[in-house]
Amino acid sequence: MMQPMNSAKEKLRLLADSARERVRELKESPLPVIYVGCATCGRAAGALATIAGFEKALQENGLEAQIRQVGCLGHCYAEPLVIIQNPGFPPLLYQKIGAGEAGILVRSFLKDGSDPCYEYLIGALEADENFPTLMDYPRYLYENRVVMEHCGLIDPEEIDSYLAVGGYAALAQGLEKGGAWVLEEVKAANLRGRGGAGFPAGKKWEIAREVEKTPKLLICNGDEGDPGAYMDRTLLESNPHQVLEGLALAALAVGAERGLLYIRAEYPLAVTIMERAIVAAEEKNLLGADILGSGFSLEVSVFQGSGAFVCGEETALIQSLAGNRGMPQPRPPYPAVEGLNGLPTVINNVKTLSTVPSIIRRGWQWFRAIGTEDSPGTAIFSVVGEVEYPGLVEVPMGVTLEHLVLDVCGGIKDGKEFKAVQIGGPSGGCLPAALADTVIDFDSLKKVGAMMGSGGLVVMNEDTCMVEVARYFTDFTQGESCGKCTFCRIGTRHLRELLHSITLGEGSLDDLADLEELSQAIIKGSLCSLGKTAPNPVLTTLRFFRDEYLAHIEEKRCPAKMCRTLIAFYIDLEACARGCDACVACCPTDAIFTTSNRKKAIDQLKCVKCGECVYVCPPEYDAVRRVSPPEMIPDQGVEPLTEKEESQA
Amino acid sequence: MSDNLVTITVDEQKITAPAGAFLLPVCLENDIYIPHLCFLEGMDDPPASCRLCLVEIAGESGPVASCRYRVREGLEVKTNSDEILRLRQLAFRLLVSTNDGSCRTCIANHSCDLQKIAKYLHQPLKTKRLRHIDRDYPALIDNHPFLVYEPKKCVLCGRCVYVCGQLEKGYKLDFAQRGMDSIVSLFGSELDPASLECETCLACAGVCPVGAMSSKKKWRSFIAELGLN
Repeated sequence: MMQPMNSAKEKLRLLADSARERVRELKESPLPVIYVGCATCGRAAGALATIAGFEKALQENGLEAQIRQVGCLGHCYAEPLVIIQNPGFPPLLYQKIGAGEAGILVRSFLKDGSDPCYEYLIGALEADENFPTLMDYPRYLYENRVVMEHCGLIDPEEIDSYLAVGGYAALAQGLEKGGAWVLEEVKAANLRGRGGAGFPAGKKWEIAREVEKTPKLLICNGDEGDPGAYMDRTLLESNPHQVLEGLALAALAVGAERGLLYIRAEYPLAVTIMERAIVAAEEKNLLGADILGSGFSLEVSVFQGSGAFVCGEETALIQSLAGNRGMPQPRPPYPAVEGLNGLPTVINNVKTLSTVPSIIRRGWQWFRAIGTEDSPGTAIFSVVGEVEYPGLVEVPMGVTLEHLVLDVCGGIKDGKEFKAVQIGGPSGGCLPAALADTVIDFDSLKKVGAMMGSGGLVVMNEDTCMVEVARYFTDFTQGESCGKCTFCRIGTRHLRELLHSITLGEGSLDDLADLEELSQAIIKGSLCSLGKTAPNPVLTTLRFFRDEYLAHIEEKRCPAKMCRTLIAFYIDLEACARGCDACVACCPTDAIFTTSNRKKAIDQLKCVKCGECVYVCPPEYDAVRRVSPPEMIPDQGVEPLTEKEESQA
Repeated sequence: MSDNLVTITVDEQKITAPAGAFLLPVCLENDIYIPHLCFLEGMDDPPASCRLCLVEIAGESGPVASCRYRVREGLEVKTNSDEILRLRQLAFRLLVSTNDGSCRTCIANHSCDLQKIAKYLHQPLKTKRLRHIDRDYPALIDNHPFLVYEPKKCVLCGRCVYVCGQLEKGYKLDFAQRGMDSIVSLFGSELDPASLECETCLACAGVCPVGAMSSKKKWRSFIAELGLN
């Protein structure tokens, strides 16, 4: 059947056609095009200096090229990333391109056209016989990019680049078939909330849809705050229109008239990009009044959160929007029934909403075929810590932790041993390498005491003390507790005090029982999920690394040699080189002296155990040793060089 | 809330109550004591923050705060199971572990809710089972013209914040800081409290269950009396 000429789909087709035309002009440009990854991460790594480097080199060499800023590909280890599209070559991806490398690329590749600078090359984005392609790397091979498909490849500030890859087609389809159809598709897809708890998004929408009160509100939760997690920021900065399309589809399904992006103020670039994206979408009638002539309207705006971790919790987020202090409220009533100003309010995570367009476009059957039966789809993790290739990784649900850490992210750095992962942020748990065959999905992780969380994953090697890790995360949740309920406010403080004293070697076996009793009570008694999950790092480390707790308590020993009070440094005279002064220069307390045989030794009374000497000792000597407990220092019979000897030297 | 009466069972005792009423006041009216600090009669939206009023309800997955649980026909409630008792005792120990425990020189001595709850839960007012945590605040904040606030005594129940907000007199107490540093801030507003009705209101001091917020005048005469004795 022919679509009527004024249908939403037809209107979108016209928009998409002109977008494709514009993007084709760029793709087939006779001039080279340089794409620089300029999300916050890229900028921090110096991407703006890289751009300046390209501009300067182009000018010096009398060349012309277009420079485009794109978002983030998720390869943190390789920033700043640059893609060069040079006519006659496939698009090539380069890593670690600073201003200097930019100059070399311009001279060798763009000017002479002969040398594509293999030394900086990762690979070609398209199959090509002369270049390795990205698929030759395990990272690209094992990933399944659904949500991040276009991140780092399209210009986030250019709505046409999203339209040209099929953007907003799902919205047009949804507008034609109606909100009820969108809801059924997402329910059939069994899309579970990516913010951490895994509550089915379709179910939440249905609850709000059935409430009679109007107007309804749809909020995108971008208050990402887990230490070391930056998935949401990347999606907001790299593909803002995908978020908006997902938001519009969700609003359509719920029957909401207003959309809000709650983004933490510490993400200024994400805020700017989203604000501009809203304006661009409104100009094309993809948001605002009577979207694509369908009669459906959606006003969208950005609200900046003021930096409280707890505001990621739905009810605290609503309080914060209302201008109050961000303190969680008891549920029920659930926000979907009674949220901001008493109106039905659906709150979905950035990743959840970003997943919606592809479900609508490709159908729920396609989505269900990815991942596992109960957790379909993909999971995005920000893998940080001691892995070879840290960064954002999107893998199908159901892969094992081992696969994620060892295969996709290249294993542990510097040939060290894989000890543990901390998954799910401060609410998550620490799992030992022995459990690395644990499958990544909502329910399997819960079974072992961790949780999916929003996607933070910290990989640790044998140099990490698990008691200290538990203390760190407890310190974080205590500092971010809103102070409302007794268990969270005071209970987590006691946990922190107990853990702190254990790391000082002042713990007792009773402390372990207290930790467990307190943790269980905090889980049962706390008001909101921040408190209810805060003891997870404590309980999982107690369960899987009890021997480390016992070593701290009974032997005053830190097995990972990390807890300062329980370690000491000494210099191995066999390994130390005569005449090398590197450690002496860096020691902040002048604790390192020259021995009578012109090697170095540490005065334990002066040493503050900062560990600087370990880092500066040249790797060919690698002479500084750590021991725990401190009494383990061998007696090397060292004597300082006398002043007379020193003057003779 | 409707006028329909429903019958619920609390600790094997049958109670009739209006459907939709909050469980805690229903129990209190029927002489079933449940310890509580943050709840005040008449609250539409109790904060459920002190966590002392936890009870077990058949069909609920975990303990719930009775102060904001609405009664309905056939509700089965346990207020004194071992687990509930343990949780309440621990919540109480947590509260007193951060208090200065100076009952004898406290304006609320003998009228303090913590003393009452201690008796009910058979817990000492100075706990030995948890270490004492000293809050990083002065013992007394007295820069308000009509109020004094003793942060080390405060249990952060929020009653004062609630009543002050209800009165809508332009000046509003609120919470400040996070975690263990949470505190009731007297100067959340830019307005000069001297120009407001604080002097005649003092509702915040009236609802404080522990004597952390007091009328400056009363507090001064109390201190003077202490000095005499």
